[in-house]
Amino acid sequence: MSTALMHTGTHEKKPVLTKKKLLPYWLLAPGIVWLFIFFLVPIYQLISTSTQTQGYGIGTYVQTYRFANFIDAITSSRAQLFRSFEYAFLATSFALIISYPLAYAVAFKSGRWKNTLLVLIVAPFFCSFLLRTVAWEQILGEQGVVIKTLRFLHIMGAQGHLTATPFAVVAGLTYNFLPFMTLPLYASLERIDIRMMEASGDLYANAFTTFRRVTVPLSMPGVVAGTLLTFIPAAGDYINAELLGNPGTKMIGNVIEARYLAIVDYPGAAALSLILMVTIMILVMAYVKRAGTEELV
Amino acid sequence: MVDASSSAHGDLILKNLTKSFGEFIAVDDLDLVIPEGSFFALLGPSGCGKTTTLRMVAGLEEPTSGTIFIGKSEITYEKPYKRPVNTVFQNYALFPHLSIYENIAFGLRRRGVKNVDDQVQKALDLVELTHLASRKPNQLSGGQQQRIALARAIVNRPALLLLDEPLGALDLKLRRAMQIELKWIQTEVGITFVHVTHDQEEAMTMADTIAVMNEGKIEQMGSPADLYDNPRTSFVANFLGQSNLIKGSILDASGNSAVVDIFGTKIGLPVDRNHAHDSSVLVGIRPEKIRIAPVGTQMNGNILEGGVISDASYIGVSTQYQVEMPWGQELMVFEQNDDGTPPLSKGDPVILSWSPIFTFGLAGDQDVNAGSEAHPEIE
Repeated sequence: MSTALMHTGTHEKKPVLTKKKLLPYWLLAPGIVWLFIFFLVPIYQLISTSTQTQGYGIGTYVQTYRFANFIDAITSSRAQLFRSFEYAFLATSFALIISYPLAYAVAFKSGRWKNTLLVLIVAPFFCSFLLRTVAWEQILGEQGVVIKTLRFLHIMGAQGHLTATPFAVVAGLTYNFLPFMTLPLYASLERIDIRMMEASGDLYANAFTTFRRVTVPLSMPGVVAGTLLTFIPAAGDYINAELLGNPGTKMIGNVIEARYLAIVDYPGAAALSLILMVTIMILVMAYVKRAGTEELV
Repeated sequence: MVDASSSAHGDLILKNLTKSFGEFIAVDDLDLVIPEGSFFALLGPSGCGKTTTLRMVAGLEEPTSGTIFIGKSEITYEKPYKRPVNTVFQNYALFPHLSIYENIAFGLRRRGVKNVDDQVQKALDLVELTHLASRKPNQLSGGQQQRIALARAIVNRPALLLLDEPLGALDLKLRRAMQIELKWIQTEVGITFVHVTHDQEEAMTMADTIAVMNEGKIEQMGSPADLYDNPRTSFVANFLGQSNLIKGSILDASGNSAVVDIFGTKIGLPVDRNHAHDSSVLVGIRPEKIRIAPVGTQMNGNILEGGVISDASYIGVSTQYQVEMPWGQELMVFEQNDDGTPPLSKGDPVILSWSPIFTFGLAGDQDVNAGSEAHPEIE
């Protein structure tokens, strides 16, 4: 401020200061407008819709502040809600188990192949999410390699199948969100100073202890980011359950989709959406608090 | 109790140690014995192989050939975590996710030591940072982190403590204070310290013995005074402090003092300080050993006439002169400002002299400037 004063003199002091002060708001404006139109307004509509009731005619609803919509929604879809979190938890766990060694290898052992491997990890994004899931239907299908191999090895009987099973849904979820786990893990492992591991070895820790006591704690920011980026979209996903599952593997996303588009029960769908959102938020907050990675990031 | 120091102790012995990275030979057939309990410095410019040597002793680098012994036990291919060796890393490498206490306890816990608390407290006492035990490393200043890194290594009572440029990240004042403290701690704990540095002052302040390394080999080894007063190569003469090196030829080496001709002037060189193989010699003399006086002054010892001051800079404690000699070489002379005479000025014709006992002779086929361009930041 004082430099502005000195350079511009007292006469021009006011406009210069106001301009300077306003600049950040001007820069923020597009973002704020965007958020307002595409986040706040829809959220308001969602909340508003969730307490409405059927008016005259299909698809018309009036605001009656019927909070019982939430209770109805939960009681009718409790199974799918729990299943969503169960599948999302399983998919996140498998993704973590698959991604950690992968990210570790890319970060520390890949040498000049590092960039190639990173491109390969991102490569699935060049193909549509829907197409990739349909492809899994083929892979796990009756004519697919997996089934044929399992039958040949007599691990699976002639009647056994993989599509339209919970296994297929979880496998699809794991596959589809794998890069979201791998990339933050890689970023956080790659940042670890190699001397930390050398120091650990120097202080009588063998390779496994070094991994457990030094590498894993230092990669926690990546683990937290990766699990969140996998768990949150997986919990709300409906494509995988739709294409790879059966009526018994419906997730909450399928219910919401059906209520919006097939049954045209907007309040019920809105109530379920809100329940899903709030539950995820509570889980995430508890998780982040528990993981306690603030001082590392 | 598993004690690291009980598994091996004694001198550190490197035999024919070689490490090459592809074509580049970092450490070249190194033979070295570091006596138990000494404070030893490996001094050299960057890329001379000193850090690679240290990393091989720590087990972080595998030698291409040669052996490493501590006393009677060989550790050449031993895993780092099985060696009775601890390292103070450059930039410390403290674990950011652990408290200071847990950082220091790390090695003790891995070895299953019982009275961790006791020993951690003692280590914290030694570096006088007991009050910081519960902090995290990033809450500490550079000097404090340095001490914690030291405490974390020393607490294990290794047979050997390796220090990799331990003071490199500290400012000058703190560095001086830490030099004295490190020396004191070494005397206190009695562990062999092997200290790697490119800072000659740091090496000279702390070490009992210094090995000057250049291009993977040891140029010369000895006490700081020995290295400074009687260097054997032009690299050592220039890397440790500054030297005047004048080309000459030995006329007569029959007595205790050889007679050397330098550009027509005859001077004396003690035979036991002459390291030349034949008559071609580089006559060396340190700038502060030379006396400087106006032409006509009566002087004795080795005398060089015909010099003209080309530059004089007064720096308080001394005045530093550049004197241009008749054969075109510039000689450096540092004179203490202790006799009340006004400093000489640029353009004055002068006469230089020094006591023959300070003269040293180097093999005449060496590069006069070897080691001087490799000098780190001169303070």
